[in-house]
Amino acid sequence: MTVPKEIPEKWARAGAPPSWSQKKPSWGTEEERRARANDREYNEKFQYASNCIKTSKYNIVTFLPVNLFEQFQEVANTYFLFLLILQLIPQISSLSWFTTIVPLVLVLTITAVKDATDDYFRHKSDNQVNNRHSQVLINGVLQQEQWMNVCVGDIIKLENNQFVAADLLLLSSSEPHGLCYIETAELDGETNMKVRQAIPVTSELGDVSQLARFDGEVICEPPNNKLDKFSGTLYWKENKFPLSNQNMLLRGCVLRNTEWCFGLVIFAGPDTKLMQNSGRTKFKRTSIDRLMNTLVLWIFGFLVCMGVILAIGNAIWEHEVGTRFQVYLPWDEAVDSAFFSGFLSFWSYIIILNTVVPISLYVSVEVIRLGHSYFINWDKKMFCMKKRTPAEARTTTLNEELGQVEYIFSDKTGTLTQNIMVFNKCSINGHSYGDVFDVLGHKAELGERPEPVDFSFNPLADKKFLFWDSSLLEAVKMGDPHTHEFFRLLSLCHTVMSEEKNEGELYYKAQSPDEGALVTAARNFGFVFRSRTPKTITVHELGTAITYQLLAILDFNNIRKRMSVIVRNPEGKIRLYCKGADTILLDRLHPPTQELLSSTTDHLNEYAGDGLRTLVLAYKDLDEEYYEEWARRRLQASLAQDSREDRLASIYEEVESDMMLLGATAIEDKLQQGVPETIALLTLANIKIWVLTGDKQETAVNIGYSCKMLTDDMTEVFVVTGHTVLEVREELRKARKKMVDSSHAVGNGFTYQGNLSSSKLTSVLEAVAGEYALVINGHSLAHALEADMELEFLETACACKAVICCRVTPLQKAQVVELVKKYKKAVTLAIGDGANDVSMIKTAHIGVGISGQEGIQAVLASDYSFSQFKFLQRLLLVHGRWSYLRMCKFLCYFFYKNFAFTMVHFWFGFFCGFSAQTVYDQYFITLYNIVYTSLPVLAMGVFDQDVPEQRSMEYPKLYEPGQLNLLFNKREFFICIAQGIYTSVLMFFIPYGVFAEATRDDGTQLADYQSFAVTVATSLVIVVSVQIGLDTGYWTAINHFFIWGSLAVYFAILFAMHSNGLFDMFPNQFRFVGNAQNTLAQPTVWLTIALTTAVCIMPVVAFRFLRLSLKPDLSDTVRYTQLVRKKQKAQHRCMRRVGRTGSRRSGYAFSHQEGFGELIMSGKNMRLSSLALSSFSTRSSSSWIESLRRKKSDSANSPSGGAEKPLKG
Amino acid sequence: AMNYSAKDEVDGGPAGPPGGAAKTRRPDNTAFKQQRLPAWQPILTAGTVLPTFFIIGLIFIPIGIGIFVTSNNIREIEIDYTGTEPSSPCNKCLSPNVTSCACTINFTLKQSFEGNVFMYYGLSNFYQNHRRYVKSRDDSQLNGDPSALLNPSKECEPYRRNEDRPIAPCGAIANSMFNDTLELYLVANESDPKPIPIPLKKKGIAWWTDKNVKFRNPPGKESLEEKFKDTIKPVNWHKAVYELDPEDESNNGFINEDFIVWMRTAALPTFRKLYRLIERRDDLHPTLPAGQYFLNITYNYPVHSFDGRKRMILSTISWMGGKNPFLGIAYITIGSISFLLGVVLLVINHKYRNSSNTADITI
Repeated sequence: MTVPKEIPEKWARAGAPPSWSQKKPSWGTEEERRARANDREYNEKFQYASNCIKTSKYNIVTFLPVNLFEQFQEVANTYFLFLLILQLIPQISSLSWFTTIVPLVLVLTITAVKDATDDYFRHKSDNQVNNRHSQVLINGVLQQEQWMNVCVGDIIKLENNQFVAADLLLLSSSEPHGLCYIETAELDGETNMKVRQAIPVTSELGDVSQLARFDGEVICEPPNNKLDKFSGTLYWKENKFPLSNQNMLLRGCVLRNTEWCFGLVIFAGPDTKLMQNSGRTKFKRTSIDRLMNTLVLWIFGFLVCMGVILAIGNAIWEHEVGTRFQVYLPWDEAVDSAFFSGFLSFWSYIIILNTVVPISLYVSVEVIRLGHSYFINWDKKMFCMKKRTPAEARTTTLNEELGQVEYIFSDKTGTLTQNIMVFNKCSINGHSYGDVFDVLGHKAELGERPEPVDFSFNPLADKKFLFWDSSLLEAVKMGDPHTHEFFRLLSLCHTVMSEEKNEGELYYKAQSPDEGALVTAARNFGFVFRSRTPKTITVHELGTAITYQLLAILDFNNIRKRMSVIVRNPEGKIRLYCKGADTILLDRLHPPTQELLSSTTDHLNEYAGDGLRTLVLAYKDLDEEYYEEWARRRLQASLAQDSREDRLASIYEEVESDMMLLGATAIEDKLQQGVPETIALLTLANIKIWVLTGDKQETAVNIGYSCKMLTDDMTEVFVVTGHTVLEVREELRKARKKMVDSSHAVGNGFTYQGNLSSSKLTSVLEAVAGEYALVINGHSLAHALEADMELEFLETACACKAVICCRVTPLQKAQVVELVKKYKKAVTLAIGDGANDVSMIKTAHIGVGISGQEGIQAVLASDYSFSQFKFLQRLLLVHGRWSYLRMCKFLCYFFYKNFAFTMVHFWFGFFCGFSAQTVYDQYFITLYNIVYTSLPVLAMGVFDQDVPEQRSMEYPKLYEPGQLNLLFNKREFFICIAQGIYTSVLMFFIPYGVFAEATRDDGTQLADYQSFAVTVATSLVIVVSVQIGLDTGYWTAINHFFIWGSLAVYFAILFAMHSNGLFDMFPNQFRFVGNAQNTLAQPTVWLTIALTTAVCIMPVVAFRFLRLSLKPDLSDTVRYTQLVRKKQKAQHRCMRRVGRTGSRRSGYAFSHQEGFGELIMSGKNMRLSSLALSSFSTRSSSSWIESLRRKKSDSANSPSGGAEKPLKG
Repeated sequence: AMNYSAKDEVDGGPAGPPGGAAKTRRPDNTAFKQQRLPAWQPILTAGTVLPTFFIIGLIFIPIGIGIFVTSNNIREIEIDYTGTEPSSPCNKCLSPNVTSCACTINFTLKQSFEGNVFMYYGLSNFYQNHRRYVKSRDDSQLNGDPSALLNPSKECEPYRRNEDRPIAPCGAIANSMFNDTLELYLVANESDPKPIPIPLKKKGIAWWTDKNVKFRNPPGKESLEEKFKDTIKPVNWHKAVYELDPEDESNNGFINEDFIVWMRTAALPTFRKLYRLIERRDDLHPTLPAGQYFLNITYNYPVHSFDGRKRMILSTISWMGGKNPFLGIAYITIGSISFLLGVVLLVINHKYRNSSNTADITI
């Protein structure tokens, strides 16, 4: 959908919008949208969608026809309908009509009930949303209206923390300059607040009466799903004003920190961008599904073959025997040749043999999956107490695929980490604080920590802040000047905004959580950042309020990796405070004493080694003249027309030199609970984990280390940061060469030849010795994902134990997943929490969303959701594994039982003149699949367990059969089929052998058709029941009930169907009267059943026993020893970790966008009350939003943000 | 696949009310929901599997032997009287021109038949199990339903109506009813040429349920002939249904036992149906002593056209029915195989256990 760009210009010709007359509303294709404020009559002409949303599909009247129509669009259902029609042709009909219609109706009913329930809940939630209230300006009065009655062109009032009801044009707000803050978590997952501003002319419409007179008309783009684009024009008072996304409040957002605001409804209901974005997601199928579909097709082919064989048989028989047998059995009227008879018998056989593709298969599979989904929802071990969120299977069709995952793609922020930054340690003037020592001077371990430091002396302290090393507080109280300066820096050098609702209740609004953590730390140690104006910062230093004059903010950007403030203290001294990445800052210091430098560097290494994010702090005194001169040059530079950025940068660089080292901070990017353990376990289960993050390389690598994906005893960590295709290719090549060389050196016998074909290369690379890891950033990834390099990249990456992609865009995340999906034929799982993960979640076979976060976009797109990364191990190793196992067992058994059941007809065909006579009673055929044999196998499919849940966590290798797809594949399928056919042969020929010439114990004929049918049916039910008993590994009471119950029900129904009563009522329907008691009273019959059962089951037991005692037990031994080895290895690794020297991994603690410094200095985002304190300068006020916008669009153009020189690992 | 659901907007949003509903979201800690139901987890171990095989062997072999011996003790003689061989006395009856042909076949019983002896007729290559044949009947009519009597089911086509009158009994099964008459004579001794007719009982050859539930004559007090007066006899029949056994009211019409036996269609194209009973007279004399017999056949039933065979079978019976060598042999075979399998598995298991122990150490 594109918005024609020339349209605004066309409108521009006239001051007022062109008249409506020529245009007629054209259905479906709205070319532009016009909405006039406060003019419902005018807007009604366009018949825009109302704000009533409808996600439901049916209503009471349309349900039956629409639902049936939908159901018959499924091939299986249509197929059975076709069979039903075939059965109505008397020449063909080999079964009564109800043998097909009963299962079909049952299946349709079950599906319809499920659809109806789903739709009922959709109706309910629709109503709930539609009936929410909002205040609408109608005839000059604010009225409470339900959401669904809000129309395009209405003006509605929103209050703080309310949901935005429709896509609104912001008219005015309680904040200065028509600003308002929104949280867009639901739209894009970003939890930080965003600013929206009304256009200046409307921002003055503060009260209801003014708004009621507002009659502007908006002409804008038609509804579309682009969340970040909006173009339109407001025509008002003979003027036109351009509108952009910056003026829009979209449905789904929440108003924050803004008392109220007014907005004009532009898009309502289904036209809103939120609803436009919530289209039907791609339907995911599991590999078992696909396999099943293939197999069903094969079976169908097999069915046709059997039909053809029997039809040929029929033609021959009718020709050879049938023609002469006409004395007793003349042909049907319509049949005039043996050939035609064969043709008819083909269809007849298709009807009776159709049970090889049982209609109940799909329904049963769905039921089982539903059961598994409930088990996931019910699992209290996946319930997060803190967030009160249970795990949720949002899709019920993917469960068994959870048992086959080979690749996990994980987001970092919010998934591996909590996105909570904690001030953990610091180094001040060469002294490190933050470690807790016990009495003997050893570092205390977690869990045996003493009481946290008591901050009660400070009434402004944040109660939630915890710090464990009391010596730091003592240093503050002792008045150590370095410590004081350290915290003063932290309280001054930042862009945090403070809010004080009540006296002493401070709230910090920080753009990045790192900054919030640092300022909070300073606050608790007695340097409380209290408030700021564009020109001042007020800090309570140990109880006394001191106001610093803020002279300049030298803001952060990706190249500078530092920020500074220049402040004048009350004494008039000017000082520059700087914090930044150690690599940058350590070079810009006034040469400190060697001792201080080395101890600080040691501390930095130590912190980095613990996976903490570090910052170096420094200050510099400036004298008045120098500053004046510098400020003048800065002003000049900022007014320059060309290369403004560069000139500013060099001026900043000049002043940020020769600084005095103060110390360093270490912030812990808190991992989610149990992340390293989960990753370790999943790695043991042979699942490869790739981290795909939008975050910076340093941070990503840091997290890689702290969650043990990367370790220091890895052979090598390759870092690919090339900017050009050639560089990337070269770097990848080098990495591969190194891996192959080392494996060659180890002596694996592989020789590396210059240009190996890709397939060969893969095989070599998959066998490399040593552990490698690959870190690649967004730039390089863009090249690596190009068509000619993607294979190289994939090979390299797959040879590595761990892969970290940083600075990747959401699209790249999806591309990486797609790449693995495409070439690896492996099941992929993507897990993430934010809107930037949505694409990857939707691309992967299985998408998992982290719920309980504020954003819910990822969860909405996901198939499974839970609130902690660590639950992934349970989802995969327990639920996934069981689901896979159960589904495989179910399918094996299901195909077996239906082949055993149906193939008997085939054999019988040879003895009944290929006439499509069924072996069984028609009721037995009807009920076999839906009553006699359905529940035991369902119970197995839902409840079966091979090993208890703890074992699958203890022995992650148990997960492997799923990945290798060992339990149900084409081979297993053929084994099941073969077993089914074997059973059917015995099922027919043993009774045949017995019955051929035998008579009953009263001398009458034994081998009458009905007795034969009952004998075969009974032995079939018994054999498949024994078989399900063998297959069931976990006999709960329910299994017992179903298995024994099914047998009992079989006999009960058998006797009921053969009873006199039913026969008296319907003699032509219940022809088997008296058969059950007559047949089952015969010892011969029972001997036959026992014999058949023994012969059918014995080989199975023998085979299983052999396999159990020969093959898997051996692999159990191997598995066991491997596990022992791995355990030893893991211990080994842990021991080494303790003593390792930390490699330098600097982390600059900023993740926010550049530009907030300017916002602060302009004072735009401050309330008038606080602004009154300062001399309000108008110089930059008109430009800040423009420049902010420009910068945003700049960074949007280059998706990976500002170029960044990466650090070599 | 998920659609956007407005509910998500409500529940997931940060402004959604916490608590309340959240409390109930906590999963119940029940054995069922946590998949901790107590369960029996059987495993195929040597301790259970091997004894099972041996036990099956030990049970099946004696049963097999028992059945085999029993079956062998049963006397049975089969006489094919189709008459296709030119030497056969019934050969003359094959010609379609001959109506109401009678022939006699001599045979010798080398051993006497003790106890009740059953006389069967056997047909081969006769497809009573053909789909069109099986369904060609009207059980309502046979159950005495007056309306079905006059208006038989469509399934009976083309034997539903004849000369504009409903056929009773209708359908191909009834139409093709076996109508040879068999009589058995004992040649008492060489000197006395006057053969002794063996009394053949024609009642008690059908199932009780068939005779008393499934088949009924139309209700009413009038005579059978009256009841069937609006119907016509099946095309192939020589006499009407009420003339099947004029001497015995309780064996006439639809409840004629020969008719009932015929109507219970056979499962396989070669079958035997009980024709007559030869009841044991007393314990002292064998029912059929060894000696010369002859069988008098009224040859009405043509099977030659479709290569069918007709046989007369005389057989005694045991607790498990007639002669049945298959079952005994099968039981003995399966029992032996089971026993053998047990031994083989035992050996394999024994060998394997050693190797696994070493594997444990070496790997």
